Amino acid sequence: MAREPRSEVTAKGQGDIISDPLGELFPNVVEEPSGALVSEPPTDIFSEEESVVTDSKANIDPSTISKANGVHSDEEQDLFSEATVELSLDSPRNERKKIENTRPPVAAPTVSVPPSTSKVASKTLEELEEEEEEDKFELNISITNPEKVGDGMNAYMAYQLSTQTTLPMFRSKSFTVRRRFSDFLGLYEKLSEKHSQNGYIVPPPPEKSILGMTKVKVGKEDSSSAEFVERRRAALERYLQRVVSHPSLLQDPDVREFLERDELPRAVSTQTLSGAGFLKMINRATDAVSKMTIKMNESDIWFEEKLQEVELEEQQLRKLHIVVDTCCDDVVWPMGCVFAKSVAMLGSSEDNTALSRALSQLAEVEDKMEQLHQDQANNDFFVFAELLADYIRLLGAVRGCFDQRMKAWQRWQDAQTMLQRKRENEAKLLWANKPEKLQQAKDEIAEWESKVTQYDTDFERISATVRKEVLRFEKEKTRDFKKQIIKYLESLQHSQQQLIKYWEAFLPEAKAIA
Amino acid sequence: MSSSFLPLSEEMFQARSVSVDLNNDASLLIDIPDALCERDKVKFTVHTKTTLGTFQKPEFSVSRQHEDFIWLHDTLVETEEYAGLIIPPAPPKPDFESPREKMHKLGEGEASMTKEEYAKMKQELEAEYLAVFKKTVQVHEIFLQRLSSHPVFSKDRNFQIFLEYDQDLSVRRKNAKEMFGGFFKNMVKTADEVLISGTKEVDEFFDQEKTFLLDYFSKIKDATSKAEKMTRSHKNVADDYIHVSATLNSLSAEDSTPLKHLEKLADLFEKLRKVEGRVASDQELKLTELLRYYMRDIQAAKDLLYRRARALADYENANKALDKARLKSKDVAQAQQHQQQCLQKFDTLSESGKKELTSFKGRRVLAFRKNLIEMAELEIKHAKSNMALLQGCVELLKSN
Repeated sequence: MAREPRSEVTAKGQGDIISDPLGELFPNVVEEPSGALVSEPPTDIFSEEESVVTDSKANIDPSTISKANGVHSDEEQDLFSEATVELSLDSPRNERKKIENTRPPVAAPTVSVPPSTSKVASKTLEELEEEEEEDKFELNISITNPEKVGDGMNAYMAYQLSTQTTLPMFRSKSFTVRRRFSDFLGLYEKLSEKHSQNGYIVPPPPEKSILGMTKVKVGKEDSSSAEFVERRRAALERYLQRVVSHPSLLQDPDVREFLERDELPRAVSTQTLSGAGFLKMINRATDAVSKMTIKMNESDIWFEEKLQEVELEEQQLRKLHIVVDTCCDDVVWPMGCVFAKSVAMLGSSEDNTALSRALSQLAEVEDKMEQLHQDQANNDFFVFAELLADYIRLLGAVRGCFDQRMKAWQRWQDAQTMLQRKRENEAKLLWANKPEKLQQAKDEIAEWESKVTQYDTDFERISATVRKEVLRFEKEKTRDFKKQIIKYLESLQHSQQQLIKYWEAFLPEAKAIA
Repeated sequence: MSSSFLPLSEEMFQARSVSVDLNNDASLLIDIPDALCERDKVKFTVHTKTTLGTFQKPEFSVSRQHEDFIWLHDTLVETEEYAGLIIPPAPPKPDFESPREKMHKLGEGEASMTKEEYAKMKQELEAEYLAVFKKTVQVHEIFLQRLSSHPVFSKDRNFQIFLEYDQDLSVRRKNAKEMFGGFFKNMVKTADEVLISGTKEVDEFFDQEKTFLLDYFSKIKDATSKAEKMTRSHKNVADDYIHVSATLNSLSAEDSTPLKHLEKLADLFEKLRKVEGRVASDQELKLTELLRYYMRDIQAAKDLLYRRARALADYENANKALDKARLKSKDVAQAQQHQQQCLQKFDTLSESGKKELTSFKGRRVLAFRKNLIEMAELEIKHAKSNMALLQGCVELLKSN
């Protein structure tokens, strides 16, 4: 069954930010972004753009390049090029128009930034102007046709990943590849490694399920394993849609490769029991510990409040998820079908012909009704449970970027402390009159001064990114839930329509009884 | 449950009547306008309006308990003259076990749920309680109406006493001895069941009826029990919706909650469960009750066949006795008279039995027709109003 691709890559903004009732609008949302752009010290947009497309190792280097580009006009330029991308996400229309008019030509800053990025960015802005209300997809993905490959314990499910796009950075307009679950995990690993430390919310993939997969591997051809595969397929699709609808992540060559490349190298580091797996577990544990010991001097109350909100929401969704999950069990009793059969039996032994016919009609209606009823409740509970699970994971990722910001702050603080020590050292040397060591001390001071500046800049940059990401996330979330709710209501309507049809067909039969 | 007066609304009246053609004869109109629920006992107010001279007043009401109905039924069964008639099935004992048990569980779990959830579940349970109540009033009423609309039963002396006697009937009700008698009667019936399936039936009509009734009874019994299971499972899902909706409500009600946007969803689930509950109870009233009632009615028809079979057996025994008497040339006249009586009894039974079974067939078909039509119409009505509700919701969300 062909699934309609539902993703929309909004590299452009949502004009409905002001009039969105389902979202919880914070009073300062409209002002903040512009404030952040103008009043903050010039953020290193280049380094940001760069880090999106290059390796994580290169992260340190761009800062030196940007330092070289410390000319104010260039940074202003940078401001606007970032603005092109940023504005498309969360600025109100007015700001957009104002800045667009004063936009200087964007020069290609460094080699590593692919020209397509700025092209995409400017195109995005134009599109914004033209098609505010229209939902135009620039890239659609869909995941279909799960197929079992291989036998026994080495078997796996391969999914078909189809992409349709008008984006120029891809080789063609429409292409298909096959991917397996570990490929998706591998993608996440790569993206997370590169981007989470910069404060980006990298969407987390669906969870591994050893039990579920084992049943599939073993070849159990029952409805529960079919259901498992379907749920996984849907979850993978949602995951990938979130990735490609993130404007920065979409630029990442790993994402492009994931969509386009025919054969992907096997992502072995995602195996639970591999060496890399263990390392990851340890890293996570260390992170958790270090987070507890960081006590941040928060200069911007927004972050503190927002983090609290995120944590609260995660808690609440977890509670809700538990309740909904337990409801899923009650749906499975096919009592209606059993009843329908017994009505059919009754009809067959009824000696009045018209009544007999009516009873067998009733049996059919009851059967169809029960099917409808089952699908309905299924939809209610299972789909809702999946949505909640997605958001619980996502909120975890959001918390993660707050953590990253804290780490960046800590680094900055540590550098400041170190600088202080180096200065004291210099003072001591001056006093002790040891000129040979003085030069070294001066060098060290210079080194740490630059580090402090860099880490300070990093921290500001991450803060801006986190803020932006969180706002974007909230909008996405509201849209997502709203979409789901509407979809759900429409499916309910459809069920009711079906019901009416069935009963209206039955009524004349009942009236014909004599 | 403490003593509470539960008046029945107009709507509930219209929802009743599993049977048809009842209470149409203005000469004797019976209904149960209200009932009182006191602990374990239900007290029905039986209201009679009559133009018949046999009653002392043209209009009057008495208070009766379930046991009084059973007494009346049993006296009818034990009356020989009515052996050739289908005795309307006795109404089943009011069974509040299920809602009571749930109420108990709810009380135990009160600490673990929010105030709102508790209130909602309590409301649900009260509705369930009310539904059981409605049903029991319905079956008791129908029992009386069957009697009042029957040419023979309506004239029964005990029936009249039941309707009119303004004191407590407990004096006349079963004592332990009679209960044992009842038990004995049931045992004999089972033996009859064997008898009836084994006897060769010469009369084509009764032969067909026997086959049909035996088969139909087992099918309708099966359908009834499956219907009950289905209703229960629907109720379980409805309860689930309560849990989810209550949780959603409590979460989204907190002022600082980020889940505000789920408030609408909470409302939706709330409405859904009401719909779910309503659909379940409608189906129960129309379909399940219909099946239940006719299962009992068919049992009553089978009882008639048993009685006829017994009369036949008696006749055959009398024949044998007569032959023996003739052989021995002793008490021949007596034996002959006895044999004649048995034959006459059997013939009367067969004649009235045929009439009863034929009209029963017609009655049953009509009742099914009426209830199936009503159920279909109700389902359509509900679905249409749900559609309107959903349409409104979707439009509201989309416009925003």
